[in-house]
Amino acid sequence: MQKVLTKPDRCKQCGLCIASCPTKSISFSEDINKDGYCYTMIDHEKCIACGICYTVCPDGVYEILGDK
Amino acid sequence: MGDMIKGNEAIAEAAIRAGARFYAGYPITPSTEIMEYLSGRLEEVGGTFIQAESEIAGINMVIGASSCGVRALTASSGPGISLKQEGMTTLSDEELPAVVINMVRYGNGIGTLLTAQCDYLRETRGGGNGDYRCIVLCPSSIQEAVELITLAFDLAEKYRMVSVFMSEGALGQMMEPCDLPKMQEVKRYGWGFDGKYTNKLIGIFDRDSMKESVLMNEKYNKVKENEQRWESGYVDDAEYVFVSYGLPGRSTKGAVEQLRAEGHKVGFIRPITVWPFPVKAFEEVNPNVKGFITIEANATGQLIDDVALTIKKVLRADIPAYCNPHVYGIPSMKTIKEDYNKVISGEMKEVY
Amino acid sequence: MAKAKKVPESIDRLMGFCPGCGHGVVIRLIAECLEELGQDKNVIFGIGVGCSSLLGGGLETDRRHCSHGRAGAVCTGMKRVNPDNIVIAYQGDGDAYSIGLAETTAAAYRNENITVFIVNNTNYGMTGGQMSHTTMPGQITTTSPHGRNCDVTGYPIRFPELVASQFNVAYSARGSITSPAQINNAKKYIKNALEAQINHEGYSVVELLSGCPTNWGMSAMEAKTRIDEDLTPSYYPVGEFKAREGK
Repeated sequence: MQKVLTKPDRCKQCGLCIASCPTKSISFSEDINKDGYCYTMIDHEKCIACGICYTVCPDGVYEILGDK
Repeated sequence: MGDMIKGNEAIAEAAIRAGARFYAGYPITPSTEIMEYLSGRLEEVGGTFIQAESEIAGINMVIGASSCGVRALTASSGPGISLKQEGMTTLSDEELPAVVINMVRYGNGIGTLLTAQCDYLRETRGGGNGDYRCIVLCPSSIQEAVELITLAFDLAEKYRMVSVFMSEGALGQMMEPCDLPKMQEVKRYGWGFDGKYTNKLIGIFDRDSMKESVLMNEKYNKVKENEQRWESGYVDDAEYVFVSYGLPGRSTKGAVEQLRAEGHKVGFIRPITVWPFPVKAFEEVNPNVKGFITIEANATGQLIDDVALTIKKVLRADIPAYCNPHVYGIPSMKTIKEDYNKVISGEMKEVY
Repeated sequence: MAKAKKVPESIDRLMGFCPGCGHGVVIRLIAECLEELGQDKNVIFGIGVGCSSLLGGGLETDRRHCSHGRAGAVCTGMKRVNPDNIVIAYQGDGDAYSIGLAETTAAAYRNENITVFIVNNTNYGMTGGQMSHTTMPGQITTTSPHGRNCDVTGYPIRFPELVASQFNVAYSARGSITSPAQINNAKKYIKNALEAQINHEGYSVVELLSGCPTNWGMSAMEAKTRIDEDLTPSYYPVGEFKAREGK
C-alpha cells in the first residue's frame, strides 16, 4: 500500500534520501526526469512511512500520507 | 508671510506635513539638521526615526519602509549620497518611491563644507548602475523648498520613482520667512507589503528585460512630457538668456533685472526640475537669440551640457552656449554681470 | 503511526539550488514553522544575494531581494513600519558576514525584533566557491588555492556566539542540516527564533550549517559528513548560545 507520494520532476539525484532511509526502500530509476536526473522510486512493500526521506530531501519530492 | 525658519528645519517639517513617516540616515554637514529635527518630530507624529549605522544602511532602511507603503526619506550630502547610489538604482528597479535630499557641498571625495552645485550631472544621470533616471527638484528659496518637498513625494508615488531634492548647502543653513503647508493625511500606497502577499510579485528569474525597458521608457517619456517645471523671464526678445538654478538662479534673476534696467536685452530660465529638463522653456525663447550663458557653482560646468543639448533640440545647433564655472558659493549679481560683459566683449569663448 | 507530511504551499515549487544543498531543507523548515505558528500569511522576507537569491520565484510570499549584504537594514525598515508582520532575513554567510557585516551586526546591536536565518556553507557558493569569512583554516577555495592561511586572512567568524555574548538579543543559535536528528533539532531552533519575534522579545538569529556539494567537490553525503565530523566538533558547535528568557 502506497504511503508516500513522490514528485519525480523535483528530484535532483542527490542521494540523501537513499542514504538515510532506514529500510533501504528507495532507489534511483533508470529513467531520467525532464532535468536529466535519475529520480527516486520507493519500494512500497518495504516503506514504513517514517518520514525521514521527507525530512532530508531539499527539493520537496516526498509527501507522507498520514494514517486515515 | 510666515515666520523666519532655518532651511533644513523647514525642509524637515515640510516632509512631515507631506505625510512622510519614516526617516533613516546618517549625519553629514550641511544636511544634519534635517535628521536632528526629525529625530524628535517623527516620534511626535507616530512615525519612525532611525539613526542608521551608515549612509548605506540608511538608504536600505528607506527601501524597507517604502516596500511597505510608507512615505520615506533620507538626507545627506557629497560622499554620503555617493554611498547611496546602489540603493537608488535598486529603488528605481523595484519601482519604489522615495525622497532623497542632497544638500550639496563642493568637492570630489570627502569634499569641503562649501555650498555648491557640483552634483548636477550625477543627480540627473544617476550614479548607480543601469539606465534609470530620478526626478530632480531644485528650489531657490526656503518657501519654494517646502513646496517642492511635497511635490517630491507626490511625483515619486505617481510615477514610482525616486525624487531627488537637490539644493545647495547654503539654503539649508540660511533663514527666511516661510509659510509651511498644512498637515496632510497619512496614507499608505496600495502596493506595499502587508504580509498576506496581496500584491503578487514576478519571480526574479521570470522578469523580461525587453518588456521592462519598453515600460521604463514610456514612464520616463510621460514624466518628461508632463512634469517639467521652470521660471523664466524676458525670453521672447532676449539676445542672451541666462540659465541657472537654485540660489545661483536667484541671483541670476536679480542680475537680469539690473541688466534690463541698464538697457541690455537679456532673459533668464531658472529650471525648477532639472530632470525632466525644462525643454519647453527653451521653446519660448526668441528664435534670434545670440547665446545662452549658464551660471553655476562647480568647477567644470555641468548644467551647460544639458543647455547645449536643448539648444540643439529646439533651436539651432549653432547658437553658442557659454559657461564660466564659479566653483563654489553663490555668484553675486555683480559677478554675473561681469560674465555677461565678458561674453558680449568676446573675452569669454563659448563652451559649445 | 504515520504522520502526514506535506511541503507547505508557499515553497512547493522547483527551486534552483544545487543537488544536495541544504537551502531547500532550510526554507522548508521555515515554511513549516510559519504554518504551525499560524504566520504563513503574515510574513515578509528580505532575501540576500548569493545562493539565497535562488528562492527567486519559488517562494510565494511578500519578499524583497535586498542589495548584497543589506538585508539587516532592509528588514529593520520593514519591521519598524510593519511591526505586526513577521519579518525574516534570509542570507548566506557571504552576504551576512562579509559585505553585510555592518548591517547584520547593527540589527543585532539594536535588538531589532526581526528573525535572521544565515545559511553557512563556508564559501561564496553562487559565485563559484571563493573563500568566505567562515572558510576553515587550510580549506582550499578558488581564492585560497593553497588552503586558507588564517594568519593573513583572519579566522572564521562565529556570529551567533558573538551576538549572544556581546549584544542584548533575544535568541541566538546554530543548527546543522545533516542527519534527520540534526534537521529536527534545527527546526526547534527555527521555531524558537520565530516565536521570539512573535512575542516581541527582540532579535533572533539561527545560523544553519549546510553542505555545498558543488564547491566542496563532494557528494551530498560526504558534505554531510564534513559538517558532522569536522566543522561541528572543531569550530562550529550546534546549540543555543542565547536561550529565550521566560519561555
